[in-house]
Amino acid sequence: MEANRDMMKKIPVREQDPKVRATNFKEVCLGYNMEEAVAEAERCLNCKNAKCVAGCPVSIDIPAFIREVKEGNIEEAARVIARSSALPAVCGRVCPQETQCEGQCIRGIKGEPVSIGKLERFVADWSREHGFVPDAPEKTNGKKVAVIGSGPAGLTCAGDLAKMGYEVTIFEALHEAGGVLTYGIPEFRLPKSGVVQPEIDNVKKLGVKIETNVVIGKSVTIDELMEQEGFQAVFIGSGAGLPKFMGIPGENANGVFSANEYLTRSNLMKAFRDDYDTPIMDAKKVVVVGGGNVAMDAARTALRLGADVHIVYRRSEKELPARVEEVHHAKEEGIVFNLLTNPAEILTDDKGWVRGIICRRMELGEPDESGRRRPVEVPGSEFEIEADTVIMALGTSPNPLISNTTKGLEINRWKCIIADESNGKTTKEGVYAGGDAVTGAATVILAMEAGRAGARGIDEFLSQR
Amino acid sequence: MYQILKAEKLADKIYLMVVEAPRVARACEPGEFVIVKIDEEGERIPLTICDFDREKGTITIVFQTVGASTQKMSSLKKGDFFRDFVGPLGNPSEFVHEDPEDLKKKKYLFVAGGVGAAPVYPQVKWLKEHGIDADVIVGSKTKDMLILKEEMEKAAGQLYIATDDGSFGYKGMVTGLIEELVEKQGKKYDVCVAIGPMIMMKFVCLLTKKLGIPTIVSLNPIMVDGTGMCGACRVTVGDKVKFACVDGPEFDGHLVNFDEAMMRQQIYKTQEGRAMLRLKEGDTHHGGCGQCGGNE
Repeated sequence: MEANRDMMKKIPVREQDPKVRATNFKEVCLGYNMEEAVAEAERCLNCKNAKCVAGCPVSIDIPAFIREVKEGNIEEAARVIARSSALPAVCGRVCPQETQCEGQCIRGIKGEPVSIGKLERFVADWSREHGFVPDAPEKTNGKKVAVIGSGPAGLTCAGDLAKMGYEVTIFEALHEAGGVLTYGIPEFRLPKSGVVQPEIDNVKKLGVKIETNVVIGKSVTIDELMEQEGFQAVFIGSGAGLPKFMGIPGENANGVFSANEYLTRSNLMKAFRDDYDTPIMDAKKVVVVGGGNVAMDAARTALRLGADVHIVYRRSEKELPARVEEVHHAKEEGIVFNLLTNPAEILTDDKGWVRGIICRRMELGEPDESGRRRPVEVPGSEFEIEADTVIMALGTSPNPLISNTTKGLEINRWKCIIADESNGKTTKEGVYAGGDAVTGAATVILAMEAGRAGARGIDEFLSQR
Repeated sequence: MYQILKAEKLADKIYLMVVEAPRVARACEPGEFVIVKIDEEGERIPLTICDFDREKGTITIVFQTVGASTQKMSSLKKGDFFRDFVGPLGNPSEFVHEDPEDLKKKKYLFVAGGVGAAPVYPQVKWLKEHGIDADVIVGSKTKDMLILKEEMEKAAGQLYIATDDGSFGYKGMVTGLIEELVEKQGKKYDVCVAIGPMIMMKFVCLLTKKLGIPTIVSLNPIMVDGTGMCGACRVTVGDKVKFACVDGPEFDGHLVNFDEAMMRQQIYKTQEGRAMLRLKEGDTHHGGCGQCGGNE
C-alpha cells in the first residue's frame, strides 16, 4: 500500500460492478485480500479499553484478532474469533457493524471506523480456504442436549455446548440446516455452498449431530424428547417463521407472495437455477412492500431474476430498518425506492392476477411508541404503480407449533417464548430459548448472542445435576 | 434418506408407495400430511397420508402424476430412496380428538374423488377401529381408475361407487349419488367429509349446504415448507385468511372460498407445463418451453 494513504479512511473493499451483478447471483462483495487486510488492520489503534468489544453482541476480542491480522498470523486471528463466534464468515457478511462494533470505533469519531466486519470475513474466509478447523472437544460428558432449529441461535448454542463436552443433536424442520442463513438470506449476500455450509460443517466437526426433516411439535414433542429420548435439556432456537400480511384487498391474488415464500423458493429451493425443479414467479414488474433487510433481499432477488423493482415503504429513508450497505447496494443496482408510500389495495385482472397496486402518499407526524415518527396518510393522494407481482416483506412472528405442544412453556402476547435474556431460561425446567423465537424478528448476531447465553444457562443447569 | 419398501401402480398415473419414516409413523394421525422431496433438485411435494404402520415405522402415500416432479417420483422403485420425507404436518381430523362414544351417535358420509380416496381411507379405517361404521362414496372417471376399493370395502360401513361413464356402480358424479342416497333413499348424515379435486369439493359443498349436512373438506393447495413459513397455501375461510398447512388442511367446506382456491392453484401452471415438456423430451427437447431458446 502506498505510504501517503489517508489513515482516516477504510481500505475500500472490492465489489462486483452493479450492472454486472444485477444479472447474476454471485456474491456482491468480494472481500479483502491479504495485503488489503493487513493494511486495514494497521488502522486499528489497539485501544486498551476497546469500545468495539462492548459493541459486539458476542464480545469477540476484536483488537486481539486484528493485532494478529496485522502480523499476518491469520490462523491465530481465527483462534481468537473462534473463542467467541462459531459463524465468523456469516457475521462478517451480515452483521450490522455500523451500529455495533464499528459504530463504537474511536477511529470513527474523526474519520471512518476500522472495517472490522470485512476483517472478520477475511479471517474466516482465509481459514476455510486453508483448512483451519476449530479444536474439537477431547471427550464428551455424556449429557444429551437437544437444540431445536439450526439457524444462527441453534448453531451457536450447539457449538458452544459441544465445546463444553455435551452431546448435542440439532433438530431441523426443513431439509437443509442453516435456518434463515439458508432459506432467507440470498446467495449474492451469503453464498450457501461457499460460506454457510462450511460453517455448519465446522459445528458438526465439534461433534454436533444434525437431524433434518423433524418438525418439533409435530414429528416429536419437547416432552417426548426429554422423557423418551434421553435429552436432559433443550434449547429452542426455532426463529420467527410466520409471515405477516397487510390485510388489504387483493392480497390473495395470484402474484402476491410473502417475502418468506419468494426467498425460500429462490434460496432454499434454488428456483433461480434451471437445474432445480421448484418454480418461481416469472415476474416483470415487482413491488416489494417493506423497508427491512428482507425487503432488500427480496427486491434484489427479483431484480436478478429479470424484473423492474420498486420498493414501497411508508416512512422516510432515515427510518429504513435495513442496513445502510444493503440500501446502498439496492440503489446501485437500480431498484426504485418509493418512500413515504403505503399500499392501499392490490388490483387484479379478470383472471385473478395482479396488475397493479394502489398506494397513498404519507407524511411523518409525531413520534410513536417505537420513537420513530408516525407516518400519516395524505388525503386524496392515491396513485397506482403497475405490477405483476407484489412481495410482502412486513416482518414475521414466531411459529406457535412448539409453544402449543409443550406443557408449561409460556409465551407473551406476541406469541414469543418468555425467556431470561441472560441465560435463556424459560418457564419450563430444563428448557431454554433464544433468538427470534424469543425476541421476534431480529438479526443473526443477536440470535447468536442468545444462543451463547442459552448454552451458558444449560451448562449451569446441567452442572448442578 | 427414506427407503421405499413397496412401489405399486394402482391405476393409470396413480401410484402407491410404502416408505420407511419411523418418526412420522410414530406421530401421525388421519388427516395429516407429509412433504416429500425426491432428490437434491426436487420440489417439496405435499401428500396426504394414506396409511401408516407404527410398529414397522412406515407411511403409505398415494399420488397422481400431474407435473414433472410427480412424474419423476413415479419412476422410483422398491429399494430406492426419497432424499427427504417430513411430517406429520397439518392437523389431525377433528374426530380424532372426540369421544368415540359421542362419535358413535353420528352418521358420517365420506366422499372421495379420484386420488382423494387415499386421504379418506385412514379416516374411515380409524373410525372402524373405534367401532364406527361410516358410509363412503368413491367416485372416479371409470372403473380402471378406481383405487383402494378392497381396502375401503373392509373399512367402510357401506361403500358406494360412482363412475362418470357408468363402467362400475352408479353412473354419474358423486353429487348425483349423494342426492340419490339422501333424497331418494332417505339416508340421514350428520357429517360429510369430502376430499378430492377442488371442483368436486366445491360442488359437494354446494349440495350439502342445500341438504343441511355440515361438511369438512381437505385442501391441498400450493405449499413450500408446510410449517406455516411461506404463506403460499393461504385460503379464505369465511372472512378469514388461513394457512392450509398449519390451520388445516381440513376446513369447514361451507366457508371455503373455492373459486379463489382454484385460481391460486394456477400460479405455476405455465412453469409446470414447461418443466413437463423438458422432462418428456429429454435430450431431444428443441423448443416450445419458452425458456430454452429453441423457438428462436
